[in-house]
Amino acid sequence: MGIVIRDLHKSFGPKVVLDGFSVEARDGETLVILGGSGSGKSVTLKHVVGLLTPDSGEVEVDGQIVSTLAREELFELRRKVGYVFQFAALFDSMTLAENVAMGLRRKSDMDREAIAERVEECLRLVDLDGYGERTPSELSGGQRKRAGIARAIATKPQYLLYDEPTTGLDPVTRAMIDQLILRMSDELGVTGIVITHDMDSAFRVADRFAMLHNGRCRFEGTPDEIRACEDPVVRGFIEGRPELMEKES
Amino acid sequence: MQLLLKPFALLGRGGMTLAAGVGQWGRLTAETVQAARHVDVWLRLLIPQMARVGVDSVPIALFIALFTGIVLALQASYTFTGAIPLYFVGVLVGKTMMLELGPVLTGLALSGRVGANIAAEIGTMRVTEQIDALETLAYPPIAYLVVPRVLAGIIMVPVVTALAIGVGIVAGWITAIQLLDMSSADFVNGLTLFFLPFDVTFAMIKATSFGFIITSIGCFFGFNTQGGAEGVGHSTTRAVVVSSMAILVLDAFWALVLL
Repeated sequence: MGIVIRDLHKSFGPKVVLDGFSVEARDGETLVILGGSGSGKSVTLKHVVGLLTPDSGEVEVDGQIVSTLAREELFELRRKVGYVFQFAALFDSMTLAENVAMGLRRKSDMDREAIAERVEECLRLVDLDGYGERTPSELSGGQRKRAGIARAIATKPQYLLYDEPTTGLDPVTRAMIDQLILRMSDELGVTGIVITHDMDSAFRVADRFAMLHNGRCRFEGTPDEIRACEDPVVRGFIEGRPELMEKES
Repeated sequence: MQLLLKPFALLGRGGMTLAAGVGQWGRLTAETVQAARHVDVWLRLLIPQMARVGVDSVPIALFIALFTGIVLALQASYTFTGAIPLYFVGVLVGKTMMLELGPVLTGLALSGRVGANIAAEIGTMRVTEQIDALETLAYPPIAYLVVPRVLAGIIMVPVVTALAIGVGIVAGWITAIQLLDMSSADFVNGLTLFFLPFDVTFAMIKATSFGFIITSIGCFFGFNTQGGAEGVGHSTTRAVVVSSMAILVLDAFWALVLL
């Protein structure tokens, strides 16, 4: 059923972050949301799982309006959604295996052995097999990010939200994470929203693009459409030419 | 004129901040009671938290109680010499350790050790999005983080306090017979002279309330941490200061209500 964001408004004090943002991630596709730092991309993603409540507007996930759900219904919905945090947000008091198992313990009826097997499988998928007994402090930045992905995909969610999954990683790890995002979409039919600044990665994984600018959707379309887009703000962003964006604003 | 009004404005702002803080803490407390129904989430975390809050705090609590018992005995003897029979040293050590110093000093020590630890841990989890991660993994954060810590405080602070009272009294007893030329029988006689079973109840009621205050305030400031490392530092300091003040206010409250 996909994820539909309709006319989302959100302010923090006097600062307006989202000013009527609307976009849709259709069933089974990967939508990449582009936007500058502080443009509200992470804020948008947090509305999708109910970590933030909109001032007005709504987010519909799997046919349910997130902000109207009772707490228990929200937890039910979250069982279908995996969230990859920008800085991984691993639980530092636990080992990597325990981190990955957290969602499985809560979101599934699997027994201990099945959970251990699934944890191994997920760690293998992100090339971290053999790292299960390490704590997050013993991992590099890239390894932490991959561990965050392993934790998010462990429960085989229907929806995956990636908050800058490749930022700050080396090119090989970036390519590996891109392949993983593609695989989740192609093989498992997962609906994904990726927010990123990394244009190479964005073009590799996107089925469609949306650009968030001044709290609103500035562009929505396919990779071919964004390449052909004449809007100076969009062009300035994807080509890394701030002079185009400045001229417009 | 504005200069004259400034203190009142400051006072008013301070009062409003205090009222808002108490309200938010009350709300967290109510949510904690509600979240206690998620037994499957907090039950397996309770024993480790009891170990951290209680067992790990025993050395510092007993260290304080040991020296408090010694000093109480020496000061009582110094005060009573020539005026009051020395067996009253036992009365003073027993009553003071049980009714006041055992619970209050243990509470203050634990507000530094346990309250600060809780605020720093939960605060760090807040600023590194670990609490958000708990939510996305369908764990109610209050059931996962607050309920086991508050329950551990309510259960273990009275246990640690009881041990501290015991050690303080024994330390006073040994001091009395070794340094004050008192017999063991004199000390025990004094100890039992005005003893009431209610004294124990009073000490445990105080300790239980202190356990709740220390852990709930630590959780409150941890949950409301903003910013990075600096924010965690602020939360930790405020948790210790506020819980220490709350312990002293509660101490007076219980004395007023129960004695």
